[in-house]
Amino acid sequence: MVNVTINGKQYKAEEGSTILDAAASVGIYIPTLCYLKDINNIGACRVCMVEVEGCAKLVAACNNQVWDGMVIHTNSPRVRESRKNTVELILSQHDGECSTCVRSGNCKLQTIANDLGIVDLPFRKKVAKAEWPMKFPLIRDEGKCIKCMRCVQVCDKIQGLNIWDVSGTGSRTTVDVSRNRMIKESDCALCGQCITHCPVGALRERDDIDRVLDALADPEKITVVQVAPAVRAAWGEPFGLSREFATVKRLVAALRQMGFDYIFDTNFSADLTIMEEGSEFLEKLKRSAAADASSDGTGAQGSAEKFPLFTSCCPGWVRFLKSQYPDMVDQLSTAKSPQQMFGAVAKSYYAQLLGVDPSKIYCVSIMPCVAKKHECAIPCMNDGARVSREEKEKDILAQSGGNISDAGWLEQTDIPDVDVVLTTREVDRLIRAEQIRPALLPEEEFDMPLGVGSGAGVIFGATGGVMEAALRSAYYLVTGRNPDPDAFKKVRGMEGWKEAEFNLAGTQLKVAVVSGLGNTRRLIEALRRGEVSYHFVEVMACPGGCAGGGGQPIRDGEELAAERGEVLYALDKGNHLRYSHENPAVKQCYQDYLGKPLSHRAHELLHTDHHAWRMPGEE
Amino acid sequence: MSRLSIITGNKAQTTVESLYKDLERRISASPPGLCPVDLASSFLKLCHSQSCGKCVPCRIGLGQLQDLLEMVLDGEGTLETIDLIEKTAKNIFYSADCAIGYEAANMVLKGLRGFRDDFEEHVLRHRCKCELYQPVPCVSQCPAGVDIPGYVALVADGRYGDAIRLIRKDNPLPAVCGLICEHPCEVRCRRTLIDDPVNIRGLKRFAVDHAGDVPLPVPAAPTGKKVAVIGGGPGGLSAAYYLTLMGHQVTIFEQRKKLGGMLRYGIPNYRLPREELDREIEQILSLGISVQTGVTVGESPSIVDLRKEYDAVYIAIGAHTDRKIGIEGEDAKGVISAVELLRGIGDGEMPDFTGKSIVVIGGGNVAMDVARSAVRLGADRVRIAYRRRSVDMTAMPEEVEGAVEEGCELLDLHAPLRIEKDADGNVAALWVQPQIIGPMKNGRPTPENSSEEEVRLACDIVLVAIGQGIDSRLFEKQGIPVKRGVIDALNWSGVNAKDITGVFAGGNCVTGPATVIRAIAAGKVAAANIDEFLGYRHLISVDVELPQVRLDDRKNCARINMKERQAADRAKDFELVECGMTCEEANQEARRCLRCDHFGYGSFKGGRTEQW
Repeated sequence: MVNVTINGKQYKAEEGSTILDAAASVGIYIPTLCYLKDINNIGACRVCMVEVEGCAKLVAACNNQVWDGMVIHTNSPRVRESRKNTVELILSQHDGECSTCVRSGNCKLQTIANDLGIVDLPFRKKVAKAEWPMKFPLIRDEGKCIKCMRCVQVCDKIQGLNIWDVSGTGSRTTVDVSRNRMIKESDCALCGQCITHCPVGALRERDDIDRVLDALADPEKITVVQVAPAVRAAWGEPFGLSREFATVKRLVAALRQMGFDYIFDTNFSADLTIMEEGSEFLEKLKRSAAADASSDGTGAQGSAEKFPLFTSCCPGWVRFLKSQYPDMVDQLSTAKSPQQMFGAVAKSYYAQLLGVDPSKIYCVSIMPCVAKKHECAIPCMNDGARVSREEKEKDILAQSGGNISDAGWLEQTDIPDVDVVLTTREVDRLIRAEQIRPALLPEEEFDMPLGVGSGAGVIFGATGGVMEAALRSAYYLVTGRNPDPDAFKKVRGMEGWKEAEFNLAGTQLKVAVVSGLGNTRRLIEALRRGEVSYHFVEVMACPGGCAGGGGQPIRDGEELAAERGEVLYALDKGNHLRYSHENPAVKQCYQDYLGKPLSHRAHELLHTDHHAWRMPGEE
Repeated sequence: MSRLSIITGNKAQTTVESLYKDLERRISASPPGLCPVDLASSFLKLCHSQSCGKCVPCRIGLGQLQDLLEMVLDGEGTLETIDLIEKTAKNIFYSADCAIGYEAANMVLKGLRGFRDDFEEHVLRHRCKCELYQPVPCVSQCPAGVDIPGYVALVADGRYGDAIRLIRKDNPLPAVCGLICEHPCEVRCRRTLIDDPVNIRGLKRFAVDHAGDVPLPVPAAPTGKKVAVIGGGPGGLSAAYYLTLMGHQVTIFEQRKKLGGMLRYGIPNYRLPREELDREIEQILSLGISVQTGVTVGESPSIVDLRKEYDAVYIAIGAHTDRKIGIEGEDAKGVISAVELLRGIGDGEMPDFTGKSIVVIGGGNVAMDVARSAVRLGADRVRIAYRRRSVDMTAMPEEVEGAVEEGCELLDLHAPLRIEKDADGNVAALWVQPQIIGPMKNGRPTPENSSEEEVRLACDIVLVAIGQGIDSRLFEKQGIPVKRGVIDALNWSGVNAKDITGVFAGGNCVTGPATVIRAIAAGKVAAANIDEFLGYRHLISVDVELPQVRLDDRKNCARINMKERQAADRAKDFELVECGMTCEEANQEARRCLRCDHFGYGSFKGGRTEQW
């Protein structure tokens, strides 16, 4: 500990701590703007300047350490004047049209400017403009960017993709897609972490609310909405609701008030994913064991089965793998993500249940994710309506005794399985637009049958959850009996790269769980160098998994993935269903429509060819 | 009213004069990678403010050019805007009345020629092609990427041993570099913006002088892999050092009697004392490196032979052959190449030049080395004949000054013509043609023959120091690719040899004659990539914690320059010329460092490379 004097009072401070932290530890707050703990401490905005006795110049509090005997003034006349002047400078180049900004009310710059009581600007306002493809799921507004560099740092340090970089020099220095690329031709994973770490409204997702409102207004459309697991752990945050109060049932009530016809749970299709992906994994293990047995037994030749199998639920991860390691794409599970499985089921099985043509169904998903907006628009994600029509064709053909001359008369369609994705933030905005008071909402149930989800499904929203859910059911599928539902909890927790070994009926399974693309790259590089080996690897692009997703509500400077993850694990624990294979709605779906996991129809609807589309730069 | 009056400066003018100096220093320390169009526009604004305003092209034209450049920069221009800039600049160039106008336009025209693609990028994609790549100026200017702010801070803190350990992470030859590094690190030092660049090399020497014995790191567990390093110069030694730390078994093959390469056979003792060199080499070898001296790799053993016995080979043979000047009489007795002279001295063979009159041909550091060595070998008179002006010499200015102080005469603007022999075939004189300096070409002026008569420089010995070449013939025969006389290695030191893999090359034999720090950097790069080639990923790091960043170090304070022994004194012996800093000096100098690793862009993109 060292002695410091702050604003005339003596305190003890941790040796080696920054002035900012030392002051905060004794309840003295210094405003910051660009600063983001452990990610961006570059002293760029100069808002956190303080006066240190003995130093001719002001000192940035965010990245300079205290020393013994340091005398600090956080609000001296010189500091006050500098701070205000600096914020005025930032505002002189910031598009301050707050009334049309998604971050109004949740903007660091707005707060600081308001706090400082800046009511008029002494400078001529000069706001830069830049073109941006507004149909891209990720949108950057040059006029709002304050060049704090947080996006650059998050993408570099946490996600390791270097999509953003400083562009230009001198007065025209700004942030842009690195290496002079356009965003569409870049390898951006669309994780959205740059958005959730932006202090202002310079980065946001494409707003698709109007498309949803149009569908709700269309009397011809049957609107079906699915709610992803992680959304329920976060949607209430901007309204100041406690996590206990802001349950998914209240979100269901809000969605019902908006006029959605059917409100379902992505947990259902998460369970379905486990059935498919888990079976795929077990098949792979079986094939590998068979090949080993038939070879000379040394394993030197090995089988054609390449391990590990990677999960494929996270579209940010899929984009990452396809662009960074295209030679490993075949190791991705062919299972679609829960969102896409849901869409495919909604437009086939569920359309059939309703007895309507799939084209009538408008499928909306509420996701904690920006990449999902891209995923639903992948051209080949249109199997539900197609399969449904082919069935119909077959039926008609059968009824007519094969006597139809113009087969194929049913128009080939490419109706997407999921029509539109809203992020958690967008659904929150929609709640506000509808003037719904969340605090007054009752709890309402999901619709049936696609509203049933197990505890295994809900933990899909946290890092390790997919792995744990898969292992629970894999154990059952191999042994015929359920494991303790918490038997695989070693894969839980916020650590970026977790490893575990489990014995699956005599087979020693090595699994790994990573979250964050920087960690993912480390794991893959280690795999490629042969330093590690696994049977099964779960990857989620966002640190902490979907709970920390790039589409989740933003609270500046806070990483909430862990807290939200806890909510999901509590929901799992409280659910009477803990195993995907026990989900009655899933069972029913197989019984009535899909047959069994990996059946022909399951393949048609629930699996995909990851080679059917290209990432920029992918050969 | 007096008929004449004495002009005295007013306060504004004096202030402007000092601002000019500030700007000069600022420009000299300008980081590379700035937007050239933005700079062109800024320069133009300065030029415009220099206009007296009499003539239209300069008064109006330069302003309009600025507007057009700003349009391009703001993404509001078109390709036609670029054409209009060119047309207008040409008009100003042809029609302005004085240089203030036409040279300003010429700068714009040069820009259009030199970076037109960047103009176009701004127009077509509203972006700049350039990226700032110099977060910490000294570190990025150092080929080996030595953590300079780190070790300077350690020197300021009195932790000299830690400073050496930190330097060794990237450069295993701190003692050598403390004395003779060309210190490219100082060129862009941001301290220049305040007063002068930090004397970085001087501080390194101080750390070495005061650190005492600093033990080397312990090598990683043996890998069982064997690497042959051909050439025991700074590059070979560096590669051997790092490869050994990585756990590989290294053998150095050296053609000469002793290790050191050009450090021993090119640089005289008075710049780099042999005890220092020997001590540093001994310490590196003590890691367990085997050495075979007197072995010329070529025919036997050939590179193929070596590759059979070793898992990888690093070629670091340097540039040791002399270049012929190609004038009449070059075969005379008494014509000695610099390489030959310095090589002999390196092996302790000191020729006696007592009473001799000597002419040195050349203007580089080696020319200064042989001239100053000749003085020390007893020469009566030493003249240095050089084609261009003395300011154009490529030798470091302090080397030229040193030579002059020691009594060498500079005969600049004299091009060698022929060597006159006496009846016995001995050198009698060097004939030179006086030159007149001519136009600038690629930043250097070209000399041309003047109308003055040829001059006869009577002398006994001619020392030729006009550059070195590489002896790559034997390697070429073995299938090592050679391009323009140097070994054709890739930027990761790999060599695409015809039939053999695992061959790497670097240093002078790849780049042509360069500096010791470049050779060290090449050795470092090769070590990392050889390690990778052998299937490993050993990381080189050091556990030195840096002192807390000081906040109170920005007061104006000039640079401490190195002092030298009195010329009359030092010219009599081969002992070290340069004196180290005093403790007081080193403390002051080290505190001048602005810590660009922490302040400015360094805190964002720079920081430090803690391991490689």
